[in-house]
Amino acid sequence: MMRAPQSDLPIALDNVSVVAGDVTILDRISLTLGQGGPTVLVGPNGSGKSTLIRLGMGLVAPTSGHITWGGGTGTDGKRRAMVFQRPVMLRRTAAGNVAYALGAAGMARTNRHAEALDLLDQVGLAELAQRPARRLSGGEQQRLALARALARDPELLFLDEPTASLDPAATKAVEDIVRAIAASGVKIVMATHDLGQARRLAADIVFLVRGRLREQAPAEQFFTSPQTPEAATFLRGDLVIA
Amino acid sequence: MPDGTSALSLVLGGDPTLFAIVRLSLIVSLSATLLAALVGLPLGAALALTRFPGRTFLVVVVNAFMGLPPVVVGLAVYLLLSRSGPLGFLGILFTPKAMIIAQALLVLPIIAALARQTIEDLWLEYRDELTAMRVPPAGRVATLLWDARFSLVTTLLAGFGRAAAEVGTVMIVGGNIDGFTRVMTTAIALETSKGDLPLAMGLGLVLIVVIIAINAAAWGVRRVGEARAGT
Amino acid sequence: MQTRRFVIAAALIACLGTPALAQDKSIVVASTTSTQDSGLFGHILPLFKAKTGIDVKVIAQGTGQALDTGRRGDADVVFVHAKAAEEKFLAEGFGVKRFPVMYNDFVLVGPRSDPAGIKGTKDIVAALTAIKTKQAPFISRGDKSGTHQAELALWKVANIEIEKDHGPWYKAIGQGMGAALNTASASNAYVLTDRGTWISFKNRGDLDIAVQGDQRLFNQYGVMLVNPAKHAHVKKELGQAFIDWLVSGEGQKAIADYKIEGQQLFFPNANSPGA
Repeated sequence: MMRAPQSDLPIALDNVSVVAGDVTILDRISLTLGQGGPTVLVGPNGSGKSTLIRLGMGLVAPTSGHITWGGGTGTDGKRRAMVFQRPVMLRRTAAGNVAYALGAAGMARTNRHAEALDLLDQVGLAELAQRPARRLSGGEQQRLALARALARDPELLFLDEPTASLDPAATKAVEDIVRAIAASGVKIVMATHDLGQARRLAADIVFLVRGRLREQAPAEQFFTSPQTPEAATFLRGDLVIA
Repeated sequence: MPDGTSALSLVLGGDPTLFAIVRLSLIVSLSATLLAALVGLPLGAALALTRFPGRTFLVVVVNAFMGLPPVVVGLAVYLLLSRSGPLGFLGILFTPKAMIIAQALLVLPIIAALARQTIEDLWLEYRDELTAMRVPPAGRVATLLWDARFSLVTTLLAGFGRAAAEVGTVMIVGGNIDGFTRVMTTAIALETSKGDLPLAMGLGLVLIVVIIAINAAAWGVRRVGEARAGT
Repeated sequence: MQTRRFVIAAALIACLGTPALAQDKSIVVASTTSTQDSGLFGHILPLFKAKTGIDVKVIAQGTGQALDTGRRGDADVVFVHAKAAEEKFLAEGFGVKRFPVMYNDFVLVGPRSDPAGIKGTKDIVAALTAIKTKQAPFISRGDKSGTHQAELALWKVANIEIEKDHGPWYKAIGQGMGAALNTASASNAYVLTDRGTWISFKNRGDLDIAVQGDQRLFNQYGVMLVNPAKHAHVKKELGQAFIDWLVSGEGQKAIADYKIEGQQLFFPNANSPGA
């Protein structure tokens, strides 16, 4: 008997800290990520954006505090997906990579190939389906990673600085796809160091400095009237020394 | 082997005894390597990916057994397969089957240890993605083994090299029976003990050439495969 | 990729799992390295096969190991040259009956420079005594083989307990006849060898025969069927067929016909009483 998968949303963090050895990476974060438009995490380097993304994905566990997905333990995780800054391509074709992701998500072998081609088409890689994935350009690999993520039919998609290594054209291609995914109802949670990208994509902003949550606000409000001096400094483009 | 002939004339003249011996050497050592790979590759990958009490000890033991003395393995298998031993009813002592099994045991630690190292290194690279895709443990083993396939070719060659070069194991469990269990290494040992050193050395060179040919073929397969996979 | 693995695995299981080809007519004979190294089997076994269709698979080990192989039931027939050890084997119940087959002789070979001064003597006991006195280098098989046991017996006749009473000039290498000859050749030492191995040995270096012809250098071969009462799987009919052929006129002639460089190596004596 198949249980209908529990929704992962909203994600509720209650006083969550992540400590590794002497270093406090995240410091008593309390935060809720709910349905809606893309939530973008911004902050200077070392602010813990990456770790917060990994926490939400379930790759990292809190050292203290609680995190729940849709009120539950989130162990199912079937409809969560993630794209990393540098995607790892399996040693097979582009279509093979997507088919692999479909298999991991539980699709029967017979349907995988057709569905893989369909997903590749959605990210504009249909013509490269039979190319060995490791021979794709950086931007193409990142789009392939997005296709792999979509293979999970996610309700929640995490992205950890997905365009940090890409040139502007590739960046635009990725952003267009992310926008389309968001429009189809998938909740996006994305970390970026690129303020312009945040402005282009965010519905709301989470601003972190040195592991502490400094501000959380709708995008418009954050960019026009930041509440904290650090946010103001950051938006000006100055270095935030905490 | 006919007396007083050189290894070169045996090769050029297509001496059937020599060819039969080379053929048996290849069958035994290739089969042994394949058998060891069937067990050793998943074992090495499992060791790389799992954590359990005693794992460190097991890793150390597997590494150490890469240096198992062939004559000891031969003796142990002999005692097992002897009619007076626990597996005597199989009746396979002094046959190529016993030689394959014994060499497979000799080669197994090499393949497992090297596979473990290769997969451990690859896991560092693949860990995030495979965890994010929620691939179960068995799936991880299969995926990593497949993606590491080119590096693992080198592992298999190391195992084959060990098997093809050893004499202690196959001598004891095979008995160096003329026309039945005589392989290159035992033939070389025999000609040496008969004092025909030039022939023995010549056979040794034939063996080395055969091993180089196998390695070259494996290299070719690897290059073609890598080109197609775009690595 | 999964299917490829299954195919390989299936092929391997097929190779390893096939039982012995429909009761092939073959026997395993445990014999000695010196007999193998002499080349005798290469000559007589094809004749036996042509007559009976039986494949004889020879495992060549030292006499001690060959008899042990028989005790374990890993051979059907044992064919060695150490009468005392063979009779012990019979007494323990591992053999059915001992048949004398042939004899050859041992010779003492040594460096042409002859440090012990024994070349040409016919008295092996005097020669060994001289070797010990002069501490001339000597290589022993040291492997419980028939040759080794013969060597020990000769030292005993010379009233020398060689295993307790020797110096660094005496080296026991624990290997077969060929290896012992190689070592003696490389270190210019004396070594006791059977004539057959010596004639076909190619790496003589500076070695030559020093002592031969002494009656006490006589080396008798015997053959026994491994007792099926102890090991039920022994191929007793085929094994007995081999033994019967060896002691028959035909087999004895085949043995006598084996020559290297025109020299006969083995002298059939199945009919000699008390052999």
